[in-house]
Amino acid sequence: MENTINGLVVSSLSHAYGQKKVLDEISFSVVQGQFCALLGPNGAGKSTLFSLATRLIVPHSGNIEIVGVDINVNPRNALAKIGVVFQQPTLDLDLTVLQNLRYFAALHGISGKIRNEAIERSLSKLGMLARKDEKVRLLNGGHKRRMEIARALIHNPKVMLLDEPTVGLDASSRASITEHVHKLASEDGITVLWATHLVDEIKSDDQLVILHEGKIIADDLCGKIIGKKTLAEKFASLTKECAI
Amino acid sequence: MKQLAVVMYAIIAREGLRFVSQRGRFLAALVRPLIWLVVFAAGFRAALGLSITPPYETYITYEMYIVPGLCGMIQLFNGMQSSLSLVYDREMGSMRLLLTSPMPRWWLLFSKLLAGTVVSIIQVYVFLGIAALFGIDFTWLGYVAVLPALIVSGLLLGALGLFLSSTIKQLENFAGVMNFVIFPMFFLSTALYPLWKMAEASPLLRDICAYNPFTHAIELIRFALHEQLNLTALLWVLVTLIFFIAISLLGYDPARGAKGGRKYS
Repeated sequence: MENTINGLVVSSLSHAYGQKKVLDEISFSVVQGQFCALLGPNGAGKSTLFSLATRLIVPHSGNIEIVGVDINVNPRNALAKIGVVFQQPTLDLDLTVLQNLRYFAALHGISGKIRNEAIERSLSKLGMLARKDEKVRLLNGGHKRRMEIARALIHNPKVMLLDEPTVGLDASSRASITEHVHKLASEDGITVLWATHLVDEIKSDDQLVILHEGKIIADDLCGKIIGKKTLAEKFASLTKECAI
Repeated sequence: MKQLAVVMYAIIAREGLRFVSQRGRFLAALVRPLIWLVVFAAGFRAALGLSITPPYETYITYEMYIVPGLCGMIQLFNGMQSSLSLVYDREMGSMRLLLTSPMPRWWLLFSKLLAGTVVSIIQVYVFLGIAALFGIDFTWLGYVAVLPALIVSGLLLGALGLFLSSTIKQLENFAGVMNFVIFPMFFLSTALYPLWKMAEASPLLRDICAYNPFTHAIELIRFALHEQLNLTALLWVLVTLIFFIAISLLGYDPARGAKGGRKYS
């Protein structure tokens, strides 16, 4: 990690729904161009962290900075730097790939020639250009996901947030999407926060943040955290320790 | 500034594309008022005698009387339909896409509101065209003058829908809206019978009708169709419009989540 500019900084972040505390004083940072996997079982607080990082909700306390911009102080500036892929698909099934992407580009105020070029570039990156005129309803699950990732790249974000993007996909689609997003970090310098509960999506030189019951129980390069164990074994032992 | 226009255009175009692809919705939106006009009004005209009240200068048929009310009904249903689609959008996630845009949130919601209004106005004009085929027509100026009235009334009913969508947490709760919002608003208004007729039945009901913002939306449309401006109705509609927009913006304020009000996941 020679690069010291932070793409994403989460500091002392807490949030609760009513009496139920979902995130408890969590802090971590991801340097620019790093792929960071946020690993945690269902209910660990991953989706809440994503809602906070995209300002769908505001936290009870703590801050989130996107490339130095505090999302609660300057939300519009911060949102312009984020590309998001939500856990649930957010597509208009009856519109074509191109119509969906144009709508998204417009939501970011991008139009005309710049829009067309940006759409073409991001579709090519994900190998989806040939399908641009197909109706989204006719795409398979893997292609829909790739399209959503391509969409999140249109406005050249500095930080990509992906909330369990491979849920419900077959093994080969999962592998291909995971590979594509790793390349976005290594080749294009995009900071990636990838929430998952599937250990096989994480490489040893990825940063790994393990979230359990609203708290961070590990944060380092994956290879360093697991040592000689497999990630699955390490993850099981860490979450077990916390339960005791 | 250009960016704001790009966003608004895209939101309206998307709503238009969705509307075109949902032909059933368009057909239902037209059949509903036409049944009222052709079946209900025909049966009812014998039972109801109408006196000459403004904006009318002569005796009119009952069909003529209820056309503005039915225009309002189209907009009321459309507003609720948009609200339903907003709740659906929120459950399905596309509302999240909208709300994570870096554009000002009030502008995004206002664009959404305007998009629904545009769709409702298209429906109203198609309805007025069919009504004209049945011999219930207005002057050309009346058809033009009604446009601004339809814009403000459409915005009002859309804003009501927007407010409801911010309070309704699940799609299932929507059936209640039908019973507790659409029916009372429609029947306790001047859509089907004038205020003085209502007063004969019950002064209390008459007062409720007089305070119902939907009554004023209809009166605004009614006067506009006869090339007149009903200032009181316009004021009522504008004040309630601002009120509903303000409370909807509050409803979509992300800080509400911090109080445990909403969880977008």
